[in-house]
Amino acid sequence: MREMVKLFVVVVLFSMFSGGLLAAVRGGTQEKIEYQQLKFVKGPVLQSVFKEASNDPLTDRFKVKDGKEEVTCFPGILNGKKAVAIEGFGKGYGGDIGVIVAINVENGQIMGVGVTTHSETPGLGSRAKEDPSFTAQFNGLPVEGDPFKVKGDGGKIDALSGATVTSRGVCGAVNSAVETYQRLKPSIMEKLKAKA
Amino acid sequence: MANKSVFQEFTKGLWAEIPPFRLVLGLCPILAVTKSVDNGIGMGVATTFVLVCSNVIISLLKTVIPKQVRIACYIVVIATFVIVVELMMQAYAYPLFLQLGIFIPLIVVNCIVLGRAEAFASKNGVVASLADGLGIGIGFTLSLTALSSLREILGNGTFYKMPVFGPDFEPFRFMVEAPGAFVCLGLMLCIMNMLGKK
Repeated sequence: MREMVKLFVVVVLFSMFSGGLLAAVRGGTQEKIEYQQLKFVKGPVLQSVFKEASNDPLTDRFKVKDGKEEVTCFPGILNGKKAVAIEGFGKGYGGDIGVIVAINVENGQIMGVGVTTHSETPGLGSRAKEDPSFTAQFNGLPVEGDPFKVKGDGGKIDALSGATVTSRGVCGAVNSAVETYQRLKPSIMEKLKAKA
Repeated sequence: MANKSVFQEFTKGLWAEIPPFRLVLGLCPILAVTKSVDNGIGMGVATTFVLVCSNVIISLLKTVIPKQVRIACYIVVIATFVIVVELMMQAYAYPLFLQLGIFIPLIVVNCIVLGRAEAFASKNGVVASLADGLGIGIGFTLSLTALSSLREILGNGTFYKMPVFGPDFEPFRFMVEAPGAFVCLGLMLCIMNMLGKK
C-alpha cells in the first residue's frame, strides 16, 4: 500500500511541476507568439491593403471591446489620412474565409480587401486569395448602403468563375467586417485619435 | 560504461553511435523533415535541446523515480521540454515552426530521446548524461544536415535556399519526395557501413 501511494505521489508531483513550468513558459511567450502569428498570417495581407502606410499597422494594433469579445483593429496612416483594417469571416465552400478589410475612416470607402485564411479548393476558390483583381473590385466602394453581393444575387461583385460559393463567402466576410466597423465606429475613432 | 570519460560519452554520439545511421532510431522525422537544409538543422537543434534537458533532469531524479512508473515519468519530462521548444519556436522562429509543424510535437515519441533516457540517463551521472545527450543530439543534427543537404542539392538545386548549379540544372525532383528520402537514407547507411568496416 505504501508503495502504491509513493508511485502516485511521484507521478502527481512530476505532472504538477511540468504543468507549472509550461504555464510559465506560455505566459512568457504568449505576446510574442501572437505578434508572430499576426505578422506571418496577416502581415502580408495588411501590407497589400496598406501599400503606402507610413506606420506599422501590426505594432500599432489595438483592441476594441465588442460586447463580450474583443476585436483587433489595425490602424494605417497613409499620406496623413487615417484608415483602419478589420478582419471579418464568411462561410465559404470549404469552411470559414477570413478577410481583412481596410476602410478609409475619413470618406467611408473601402481601400483594400485581402483574404487571410481559407480552405477553398486549390485552383478554384483559392483564386480569391491569389488573384488580386477579384478583391480589387471592392476598392473605392462605400461602406454605407446595401451589403455586398455577387452579380448573380443582384449585387455588383463579379464572382470568380467556377467559385460562386467562395465569392459569396468573401462578400459575406467583407460585410461582417464592415458591420463590425460600423458598430464599433465611435470607439475606433477615439482610439485612432489617440494614436495620431 | 562507468569508466568511460565524459569526453568519450560525448564523442560516441558523433560517430560510433550516431543516431540514425548506427542506432537506426528516430527515422520518422528524418525522412519527413529533410527536404531542405534549414528544416533539417531546425529539427536537429530542437531534438538536441530536448535530449540534453531530459537527460539531465532524468539523471538527477533517477533515485526519486520508482521503477514501475519510470516510463510515465520520462514521458512527462520529455513532453514538457518538447512543448517548451514548440512555444519558443513559435515565438522566435515562426516560419520554421510552420514548416516543421506536426513533427515538433512528435519529438515526444522520438525513440532517440526516450531511448537515451532509458538506456543511459537512468543509469549514469548528471555530467555523463549531459555529455551523452549533447553528443547524440549533435550527431543527430549532423545526420539531418547531411541528409537534407544531399536531398536539397539534388532535388532542388539549392543549398540553404541558394542555387548551387547554374540555371540549366534540372532538379532531380525524386529526391525531395518521400521515396527519395528512403533511397538517400539507404545510400548513406551503406556508405557509413563501408567506412565502418575498415
